[in-house]
Amino acid sequence: MQAAKGSVHKFGDNVDTDVIIPARYLNSSDPKELATHCMEDIDKDFVQNVKEGDIIVATKNFGCGSSREHAPIAIKAAGVSCVIAETFARIFYRNAINIGLPIIECKEASEKIKAGDVVSVNFDTGIITDETTGESFEGQAFPPFMQKIIDSEGLVNYINNSN
Amino acid sequence: MGMTMTQKILAKHAGLTSVKAGQLIEADLDLVLGNDITSPVAIHEISKMKKEGVFHKDKIALVMDHFVPNKDIKSAEHVKEVREFACKNCISNFYDVGEMGIEHALLPEKGLVVAGDAVIGADSHTCTYGALGAFSTGVGSTDMAAGMATGKAWFKVPSAIKFNITGKPAAFISGKDVILHIIGMIGVDGALYQSMEFVGDGIQYLSMDDRFAIANMAIEAGGKNGIFPVDDLTRAYMKEHSHKEPVEYVADEDAEYTAEYTIDLSQLRPTVSFPHLPENTHTVDESSEVKIDQVVIGSCTNGRLSDLAVAAEILKDKKVKKGVRVIVIPATQKIYLDAMEKGYLKTFIEAGAIVSTPTCGPCLGGYMGILAAGERCVSTTNRNFVGRMGHVDSEVYLASPAVAAASALTGFITDPAKVISPSEVTGPWND
Repeated sequence: MQAAKGSVHKFGDNVDTDVIIPARYLNSSDPKELATHCMEDIDKDFVQNVKEGDIIVATKNFGCGSSREHAPIAIKAAGVSCVIAETFARIFYRNAINIGLPIIECKEASEKIKAGDVVSVNFDTGIITDETTGESFEGQAFPPFMQKIIDSEGLVNYINNSN
Repeated sequence: MGMTMTQKILAKHAGLTSVKAGQLIEADLDLVLGNDITSPVAIHEISKMKKEGVFHKDKIALVMDHFVPNKDIKSAEHVKEVREFACKNCISNFYDVGEMGIEHALLPEKGLVVAGDAVIGADSHTCTYGALGAFSTGVGSTDMAAGMATGKAWFKVPSAIKFNITGKPAAFISGKDVILHIIGMIGVDGALYQSMEFVGDGIQYLSMDDRFAIANMAIEAGGKNGIFPVDDLTRAYMKEHSHKEPVEYVADEDAEYTAEYTIDLSQLRPTVSFPHLPENTHTVDESSEVKIDQVVIGSCTNGRLSDLAVAAEILKDKKVKKGVRVIVIPATQKIYLDAMEKGYLKTFIEAGAIVSTPTCGPCLGGYMGILAAGERCVSTTNRNFVGRMGHVDSEVYLASPAVAAASALTGFITDPAKVISPSEVTGPWND
């Protein structure tokens, strides 16, 4: 299982899928094109600032609203290696697992990690480390069934491998 | 330990005698739904699967509703892709321009969902069919692809919150006011990962359209689904619209709920959600200073015939306020035709509103009513996030069709009672 390491972009509560990828861009399903508008309506500079491997940290109910899978697709294609939040909206949670975007729930990390900190995540142990402050947090590990989907890099591969 | 209504439906579809909250199950699906935005992504995913074809050509519904009639070349290419997929796989429930309606109004109307069904849809408002006593929930495109290929989906069995609906609705109180009130009470993540189970003797006063509107917005409280018990009204609706055999489930008396709330319909006031979250609710009495530029009456929440009826009753022989753009969108072709025959469309046009063919268009800021910077809209839709209907500096206020129509007349958010007597508008408060 891969680990993630990168610098943090911080967001608050209830980041909805409309601000992650506005509907005016949903006439495309091309990940590269979607990535160029990622987070546009909440942080118009995000796309310029994000670097390969960076991590998004948010507080409650990340990804609420529409079921558009274009939201986790845009985040993944923008180079984000992991999203850490106190909680995720349930459809976003499923979608992220199904397309292989690593996500992890951790209340303490979502509160204490600051924008610009360098953070690493070990998905096997669920341990999140803020390398800027030296502080570690224990994230919620996935149930084995979901871990298998993640290890298969998405639901389609998981189904292909299990039949 | 007993099971909730949702848990019973899931247990049956997983081939189990009982399930409990938190359990991971694989369930057989009665219907898999997608629209013109989510289906192209699902079609791309299904092409990567080893298994060829779809699990059942009659148990998939593809509804072209978000950007049709197509607003631009890219969306036309998407619909073309779905059209070709539907043709190749002989999908019987493919709805294109001329037959389409807004998916969550169309599927119950076509009788494709009945009580006891388990349904997934690649659209977050798939939870609407809980009004019929079905389990239905929104998923993404990859889940839709897997569902189309295998006829199955994985679920974590949800815990539940019970909403006890009591009393008879006060004047102008609709299903929309009930659900906005609930979201204001519990918040946009108040039912996160849970089922919202509506019970109580007040439900008898809620029409099917009211119940659809309530179940529709369960997702705006973070809910996995919203569900109503089956009563004579549900049975009559299903008998009128469907040839499918419904299965009625009743929650066990000792079913466990994480929380219980009581909502007295006689005590509610027309309710408005201010920008930029559905939980940001105020009564209409607290909203009168808000000046508006546009009104939208329509959507999977409030584009049904009774929604248009109340709006028409309020707008009849009156003119919308100069400077306010009023857009009315019947949710399906049948609703459009019925509204025409009843004279509602004439009323809207004479009042100075426009009537569009069915589309999700303005609800998600797609087309057909996009807002400029600084503009405000009172809308019967379901979301008021930043930029939802257009510019990031525009604002959407969510309300019932009655409040939207009354506001169209004054140019400010308006209590319907200030423009018309409740006795002149059809509703349970007059019965």
